[in-house]
Amino acid sequence: MTPATTPTDSRTPLVELSGVSKHYGNVRALEGVSLEVHGGEITCVLGDNGAGKSTLIKIIAGLHGHDAGTLSLDGEETRLSSPREALDRGIATVYQDLAVVPLMPVWRNFFLGSEPRKGTGPLKRMDVDLMRRTTHAELLRMGIDLRDVDQPIGTLSGGERQCVAIARAVYFGAKVLVLDEPTAALGVKQSGVVLKYVAAARDQGLGVVLITHNPHHAYLVGDRFVLLKRGTMVGNHARDETTLDDLTRQMAGGSDLDDLRHELERAP
Amino acid sequence: MSTLAPDERLLRVSPLRKLLGRPELGSVVGALAVFVFFAFAADSFLRASSLSTVLYASSTIGIMAVPVALLMIGGEFDLSAGVMVTSSALVSSMFSYQMTANVWVGVGVSLLVTLAIGAFNGFMLTRTKLPSFIITLGTFLMLTGMNLGFTKLIDGTVSTKTIADMEGFPAARDVFASTLTVGDVNFKITILWWFGLVAVASWILLRTRAGNWIFAVGGNQDAARAVGVPVAKTKIGLYMGVAFGAWISGQHLLFSYDVVQSGEGVGNELIYIIAAVIGGCLITGGYGSAAGSAVGALIFGMTSKGIVFAEWNPDWFKFFLGAMLLLATLLNAWVRKRAEATT
Repeated sequence: MTPATTPTDSRTPLVELSGVSKHYGNVRALEGVSLEVHGGEITCVLGDNGAGKSTLIKIIAGLHGHDAGTLSLDGEETRLSSPREALDRGIATVYQDLAVVPLMPVWRNFFLGSEPRKGTGPLKRMDVDLMRRTTHAELLRMGIDLRDVDQPIGTLSGGERQCVAIARAVYFGAKVLVLDEPTAALGVKQSGVVLKYVAAARDQGLGVVLITHNPHHAYLVGDRFVLLKRGTMVGNHARDETTLDDLTRQMAGGSDLDDLRHELERAP
Repeated sequence: MSTLAPDERLLRVSPLRKLLGRPELGSVVGALAVFVFFAFAADSFLRASSLSTVLYASSTIGIMAVPVALLMIGGEFDLSAGVMVTSSALVSSMFSYQMTANVWVGVGVSLLVTLAIGAFNGFMLTRTKLPSFIITLGTFLMLTGMNLGFTKLIDGTVSTKTIADMEGFPAARDVFASTLTVGDVNFKITILWWFGLVAVASWILLRTRAGNWIFAVGGNQDAARAVGVPVAKTKIGLYMGVAFGAWISGQHLLFSYDVVQSGEGVGNELIYIIAAVIGGCLITGGYGSAAGSAVGALIFGMTSKGIVFAEWNPDWFKFFLGAMLLLATLLNAWVRKRAEATT
């Protein structure tokens, strides 16, 4: 198997990174990473802790600029200067821990940053009724039947919160959805629920970037797999070029895993 | 309010429990307790004239407690709020006097200068990312020094010259420091300013986009930034809100006495913060209400004047305050836990 082969595709990707690098002072966080995201597909970014996954997200989400390489949206080379700009270009990012404001009601969270308004002049106000109805309806469409849109979002389970954040991104017409470890802190059943929504978002034509350190979850839904290790890209495969075993081995560092197995084997 | 169909899984929330979920509940219970206490302890407490005195005392704190509460919901403090009131009054008075201008010119200049101080606080906070405690402690000390220094430099004493005989003074006094008579009871106009501010602040918090942003930057700043909320703008706006309150309070101070003592205001910033906390604002941000801060200010007014009516030594006021703060904070924490508990 040849590492770091870039799958070729004639379509223009929604997001394309090519040879992107990022340094923090003298720390190399990311070096020469390339990936592409197409509509209706899920690109999985796999890597262990410290592999550079978070840095990659921050570049795509507009939180940090990249130092080298190119970032293209719809084939147009660009540079994102703020999360707001990324959002305006159709890139919505759902963070693992900072996706919501726990003390605020679900409906306020759902529309945070993009509140619909009515009225004019000093009477310009949020359309609260529309916000509450939409929140309930949109969550229902994703399969979450919320008991009360007025409850603080902190009272929802981790999986439900992820789903609210995904539903929010889909509702606001995101073209690309970036998910940061959506299943990291969840149990098996909850993870399944979240992956179902990720697939639902894909079926609606969104391009999805799924960041995870779980190759099993990635292989369930992924169309394309990018492997990171210590800030560099060690693999970039289309689904039909790889297998779950391959992914698992590459993620664990191949021979490292054999060593580990050897070490852990009980003496006969 | 809501057009959602009732959900059978949603246990019918009793009105009492819904009430328990309000941020200002603890303070309302406290206010009632203080009211009943002084109604028994001081015979004159229930007279209409006493009521007007209590409301006046509450309003002078309440006008500042409202924007300070909003700022606290937004997750920040302003320790310069107390002396900023004095600065605002000094600028207004000295500008009019030195330029021999119509006092309204001084009032206008004071508004600009005070808003600029607020903007400075907000700008420094968002640019340096230092804690607001440090930034506003710095502003507090600088303003305290400037208030005394400039007044001595320009007027030679610690108080300003009277501007009572200057053009525009009567009209300005009508706006900021007049007395309205309802029946045979006199009410100070600051009570109207106070109620007006509470109404506007409640509208902003509950019904506008800015209100949503205020809750969000206080509740989880990073999440707010990630979904595109302009965090810096929101915080600078909140500091300018405090400055606006300081301007109203400062003009009231000036036009009630027509001279300003330059050393005043030190320590008041804590009173505003305490009123907001008693009113149910969470000290860590993200939770609270404008109406709650009003109830907090009312507790202040009732306690400070009630002690006078009961003919006690006013030194006990501070003790009451401290006890009230602790009780209110404990009660708020307990109520919030009860209200958020999902059964």
